[in-house]
Amino acid sequence: MTRPKRIKFDFWFFVLVVSIGLVLLFLVYPLWSLLITGFQDQQTGDLTLSNFDRFFNTPFFFRMFRNSMFVSTTATLFGALIGVTLAYLTTAFKIRGKKIIDVLIIISMLSPPFLGSYSWILMFGRAGFVVQFFQNNFGISIPPIFGAGGIVLVMTLSSFPLIYLFTRGALKKVDASIIEAAESLGCRPIKKAFTIIFPLITPTILAAGLLGFMDAFTDFGTPLLIGQGYMVMPLLVFNTFMGDLAGNRNFGAAVAVIMVVITTILFALQKYIVNRKSYAMSSLRPIQPDKLKPMPNFFAHGFVYLITAIACIPQLVVITTSFRATRGPIFVEGFSLDSYRGTFRTLGTAIRNTYVYGIYAIVIILALALLFSYLTVRRRNPLTNVLDTITMLPFVIPGSIVGIILILAFNTRPLLLIGTPTIMVLAFVIRRLPFTLRSSAAILQQISPSMEEAAISLGDTPMKAFFKVTAIMMIPGVVSGAILSWITIVNELSSTILLFTVRTRTMTVAIFQTIMNSNFGTAAALATILTSTTIVSLALFFKLTGKTDLSL
Amino acid sequence: MSVTITISDAVKRYGDLTIIPGLSATIKNGEFFTLLGPSGCGKTTLLRMIAGFASVEGGEIKFGEKVINNLPAHKRNIGMVFQNYAIFPHLTVRKNVEYGLKLRKIAKPDIKRRTDEILDVVKITEYQDRSPDRLSGGQQQRVALARAIVILPSVLLMDEPLSNLDAKLRIEMRGAIRDIQKKVGITTVYVTHDQEEALAISDRIAVMYEGVIQQLGTPESIYTRPYNIFVSTFIGHSNLMTGKLTPSHKGYKLSLADGCEMEMDNLIPDIPEGEVLVSVRPEEFTVCETGGINFQVDEKVFLGKYVIYNLSCQSMPELEAQLSQDVGQSERIYSPGETIMLKPNVQKINLFNKDTETSLIQGVVQHSGPEEDETSNEGVE
Repeated sequence: MTRPKRIKFDFWFFVLVVSIGLVLLFLVYPLWSLLITGFQDQQTGDLTLSNFDRFFNTPFFFRMFRNSMFVSTTATLFGALIGVTLAYLTTAFKIRGKKIIDVLIIISMLSPPFLGSYSWILMFGRAGFVVQFFQNNFGISIPPIFGAGGIVLVMTLSSFPLIYLFTRGALKKVDASIIEAAESLGCRPIKKAFTIIFPLITPTILAAGLLGFMDAFTDFGTPLLIGQGYMVMPLLVFNTFMGDLAGNRNFGAAVAVIMVVITTILFALQKYIVNRKSYAMSSLRPIQPDKLKPMPNFFAHGFVYLITAIACIPQLVVITTSFRATRGPIFVEGFSLDSYRGTFRTLGTAIRNTYVYGIYAIVIILALALLFSYLTVRRRNPLTNVLDTITMLPFVIPGSIVGIILILAFNTRPLLLIGTPTIMVLAFVIRRLPFTLRSSAAILQQISPSMEEAAISLGDTPMKAFFKVTAIMMIPGVVSGAILSWITIVNELSSTILLFTVRTRTMTVAIFQTIMNSNFGTAAALATILTSTTIVSLALFFKLTGKTDLSL
Repeated sequence: MSVTITISDAVKRYGDLTIIPGLSATIKNGEFFTLLGPSGCGKTTLLRMIAGFASVEGGEIKFGEKVINNLPAHKRNIGMVFQNYAIFPHLTVRKNVEYGLKLRKIAKPDIKRRTDEILDVVKITEYQDRSPDRLSGGQQQRVALARAIVILPSVLLMDEPLSNLDAKLRIEMRGAIRDIQKKVGITTVYVTHDQEEALAISDRIAVMYEGVIQQLGTPESIYTRPYNIFVSTFIGHSNLMTGKLTPSHKGYKLSLADGCEMEMDNLIPDIPEGEVLVSVRPEEFTVCETGGINFQVDEKVFLGKYVIYNLSCQSMPELEAQLSQDVGQSERIYSPGETIMLKPNVQKINLFNKDTETSLIQGVVQHSGPEEDETSNEGVE
């Protein structure tokens, strides 16, 4: 780590000034607009606390806060229970097909949660095929899964993969000798899990749980589709800007500010746990999976396969649905490619937009990540520290709120970007830049500065030395990070749903709209194309990195 | 309480690969027993078989009279000290030490008393409330040791416990380990690849190579009377040369290079006339005027108490000879370029069969059991 230096006026200073200008314009200014709007009176425009007062003191609105807390907490707890159990079983014991299970779980994690809601509705909604099957054959009427229960189910399924991957990563860092030490002292296998293994990974579970909670807390697609009247905070924000209640933007902005405050607290807590509470562990010899006795083995496999199956059901339902024969929006007997034909005819631009905007965004993210990470790692000074802090902001701004701040900031001349492809790309960049930036900085810290110094000593200018030596060495790591960003961009909905126009809509937006219009066949076909993109990109990621799993 | 460990024909296999082809040894109650060998020789594997972390594919391992082949590790009542100490990072020093006692459902006051006692024995009482990441390597080592012995295990197993410490601390800790082991009187199996450490700390040493015990004996017997060429060259430095053995009136006559000849009376009977391998330790040479071997001094390394000379010999060009000279006993120190005549000390040198590479000295056995060594256990350090 280099100590803060005096500022030098060279190429990098120029880059720094431009970078700070960019983040001020596209990040700080929009966020500032949100803050101001939240504190403004709707009629007069004066600064006031009345919007906040209205939220906390109107039972109707405050109930949404409680609802949000309830579904997010419940889903995170279930998600943690499932994720941790799964991680423990697959690490400590021999489970057949572990790699395939991992890939399936990763795919289920990467697909947008509203797709999960959608396919659970296809199965267990009022006219869901499972519901109808039981009704027609057994006369049993299953209650539809709408409401809080449905939200918790879908959120649990989208939060457990994250917790699973984090916990797996932590378990891999536990050295086998720690476990053996416990055994040598006379510890029975079950007891060692509870007195040694779980306490060691508790900080990781907590940190992952908080991230899961943040995701659930800010997710609006799920409650919108499956909630059916069960109101939560993200939905309220969304509605004030988009839906039926559209109008009072100041109130919506205030609620958004409250959400950002909550996610900031959660994020700070998460960072604190990761930095201060987790144990420094380095594993020379990771835990070797044991073979279980027949009975426990049966139950362990049963549990792992069941969870994986439940996680994959939404994808399978969507894929199957996409091949069903349709007449207009109605499904008929048999299978066909009707839905795909319909999709390509009406929604071809959405597919094209997704790829074009995605590629633009990735290129910009890559360039910025390379430059920013270099500035914040190698050229530490007070200004780069400012840059470093500002670029962390998107971690705490939920996706839908990214959409809102962009609307608030860029809806008037000379900064009129609403409705343009630029704002879509901008949303993607803001959403993903911090992740790619962090991973690039981590990669850069592994590269010795002496490489670049060698190039300069041989006569390269600092700028040339960076592009010819350091940047090239960073590329492999940064590209693999970029592929993951690409996958999440392709699946992004929460910010773009507020920013699209018919001309600029992406696949996820189009899927969402077609679902809302009950055009399930087309939605399924488009969702299948989306999933295929995810799978191909993931395969590319594994191929390029030579990794066999995704550790977070 | 502490037990005797009997290993009979123990076999370890990983798939088709046999790591230990069938190994037998008896480790006496209360003994400090060391497994010594180069890396990959199977010493750690054997230790892990005794601990219960590696399966036993053949033969048996007994604690006292009880066969423990299939007993899970947590029921064996062992204390183990790991190479990386394996201190539980989420527990304080005291809680680490108490961990095994709590599992044994010992009454609270007893847990406290025994923990206090052991913390005092290993001298870490003042750090008892610290978290492990705030301890030095030596302190962590003491915690690991305390945690392993406080449960009064049947056997104490130590897997290269000193290899992560710096040289000075290593010497200090090996003394501490030895003292504590003797105080507690516990059967101890110790794994190391450091021969000096093994010689200093052990009652008996098993020198292992390719999964086979090459020699088992006291540190003294292993150093002075190695059973085969491997042991002779692995432990300490050996100047290996070929000689010719012919029968004579006193027993045998050994002829070395440059016409250096000596009578040997401590060899086994009926050795056929012919070539043998001769091992001479650097300290087993004496400077002489006539009848020795001619060497040239190439390099001198002055170590204070000793001087080590690297020598070359015209009649044995392959030999990279070494001589060690006790500074307190010698008349003068030689300089590079000088030639000296050296004669091996006939009472000390070792002769080996050229084909089997095993010792031709009378009374040298591959395995010396604990009984024969009873007397020589003392004063080894």
